[in-house]
Amino acid sequence: MAELVAQTTPAQREGSPEEIRKDAGPDKPSIRDQWPLYLTLFGFSALFSLPFAWLVLTSLKPPDEVFDNSWIPSQIVTGNYQDVFNVAPVWRWMLNTAIISVLAVISVVFSSSLVAYGFARIKFPGRSQLFALVISTYLLPGAVTLIPTFLIWNKLGAVNTIWPLWAGNLFGSAFYIFMLRQFMFTVPRDLTDAARVDGAGYFRIYWNIVLPLVRPALVAVAIFEFEAKWNDFMTPLIYLNSRDKYTLALGLASFKEQFKELGSQWAMLMAASVIFTIPMILLFFLFQRYFMEGVAHSGLKG
Amino acid sequence: MTDIDLPATSAIPGQKRRRLPHEAVAGYLTISPWIVGFLVFTAFPFFASLYFSFTKYDVLSSPEWIGFENYQRLLTRDRLFPIALKNTLVYALMYVPLHIVTSLGIALLLNEAARAKGFFRTLFYLPAITPAIATAYLWVWILNPNDGLVNSTLRALSLPAPGWTVDPFWTKPTIVISQVWSMGAGMLMFLAALQGVPKDLYEAAKLDGAGKFERFRSVTLPLISGITFFVATVSTINALGVFTQGYVMFDKDGGPENSALFIVMYLFKRAFGSGYFQMGYASAIAWVLFLIILIITIAQFRLSKRWVYYEQGSD
Repeated sequence: MAELVAQTTPAQREGSPEEIRKDAGPDKPSIRDQWPLYLTLFGFSALFSLPFAWLVLTSLKPPDEVFDNSWIPSQIVTGNYQDVFNVAPVWRWMLNTAIISVLAVISVVFSSSLVAYGFARIKFPGRSQLFALVISTYLLPGAVTLIPTFLIWNKLGAVNTIWPLWAGNLFGSAFYIFMLRQFMFTVPRDLTDAARVDGAGYFRIYWNIVLPLVRPALVAVAIFEFEAKWNDFMTPLIYLNSRDKYTLALGLASFKEQFKELGSQWAMLMAASVIFTIPMILLFFLFQRYFMEGVAHSGLKG
Repeated sequence: MTDIDLPATSAIPGQKRRRLPHEAVAGYLTISPWIVGFLVFTAFPFFASLYFSFTKYDVLSSPEWIGFENYQRLLTRDRLFPIALKNTLVYALMYVPLHIVTSLGIALLLNEAARAKGFFRTLFYLPAITPAIATAYLWVWILNPNDGLVNSTLRALSLPAPGWTVDPFWTKPTIVISQVWSMGAGMLMFLAALQGVPKDLYEAAKLDGAGKFERFRSVTLPLISGITFFVATVSTINALGVFTQGYVMFDKDGGPENSALFIVMYLFKRAFGSGYFQMGYASAIAWVLFLIILIITIAQFRLSKRWVYYEQGSD
């Protein structure tokens, strides 16, 4: 596994995609020189973007025009969105999801980085064996631990609370530990050695020197975790059962039947999906660089 | 993490004696959150679910040891489990190769483009940031057999319109399409790998008279094989654990003729479905799934020795 993962970061050594693109220099071919390529790219990107456009378009159509399948509706309406907010406590669900995601992000960033620091910078007996164990838990399918984990939270009386949805993050997460450890290897030893000579302890070195230097990686971890928790469907499905505690994912899934009864199922479902997606789009465009490089260099999602 | 307060953080200026704790103690302290989490949320549940799989357990009364009964029932008398198993394997066999080919293909195109690469990269990545539930609904709508965009287009062109979500033959391809649409992460990984292939190797191959295809086959493919292996392994594990798409797109029951019933959905039903709470039986399902994934992953690692190229002397 160690060599497998080591192979996932070749570009890190070669420099970021951005740097390479700059290196391409002024003599790079124009779009006209490469027109067959751009025609192909345009075709494929249309295939990938049209469903997205259709999602937004359907959500803005008057309900009686939804089944026309026309690309140009007679008018753009926001009624579907108003209907979604009227029939379901969407704001409440969004708040719930945001609270869970923020707690999850903060806890996983600090716990994973501390553990990664230990593995990257401190020598102790059994370190490489323990690290191999960290990696192997990444490949362990969640289904195996699902039921006993549920029983633990059940024993703790935490079913139908938000605890099971984030508190596991207090103990670090295998993949982020691996990723942050890789980044911490790049922190110059001289810096931490000098701090040691000045009498700084391990925790102070972690907090004052290592953490600030790996900030881009911390941001990437934060974004990934936020996205993961925002999307997570199975965990809230297992643990939450009262409607006012739902997350957006769970709430949205409970919509379908309800909307069917209201008759304008698809327009409302699409509107709800757009509402659910917008925060992720914002997150993406705000942190595009971290997103792209984080995924590219670490293989989080496969 | 402030509870880990090492004495050295309060080093007094001017004091010459090193107050650093023993290095090993500091090491164990920093990784202690992970150790606790591993014991409580991985090691214990791992062995506990193995134990439960040999018991009858409904949460209310304590587990009752029944030996291999769960496994026997699962593999010989359960009508739904073989269906779920077959569906899961067929889904993975369709999804994994298509995912690799699509994400690598798009990455190759992007890698060739000298301009507007960032723009196209964003277009191809957007589906990947769309939440799974939204993706599921979007595709159920687009592939709606009667009124969906795809079928009305096909009909307009006088082409056959499949019953995507209602025909048992088409339910798995429906999920595969929605998942391949979200291939952005795989594409980015391949793109990074392609950009890491040294340019001089291509030049050398060109001088040797290698054509475009030959260069792809003998330079590109071996040099990105590490990433290909990673994407293949992780997407196989993900595909065998498919849950959300089946559950949401086909109203949690497994779709027409159980054609969209997958192992984890069945496990979920037995464990948490109303009236079930069969934790022992569900644990046995989890362990069968785990063994299947383990065998496939080990096979992939074994096979990888034949086709994955590891850079000599790296790290």
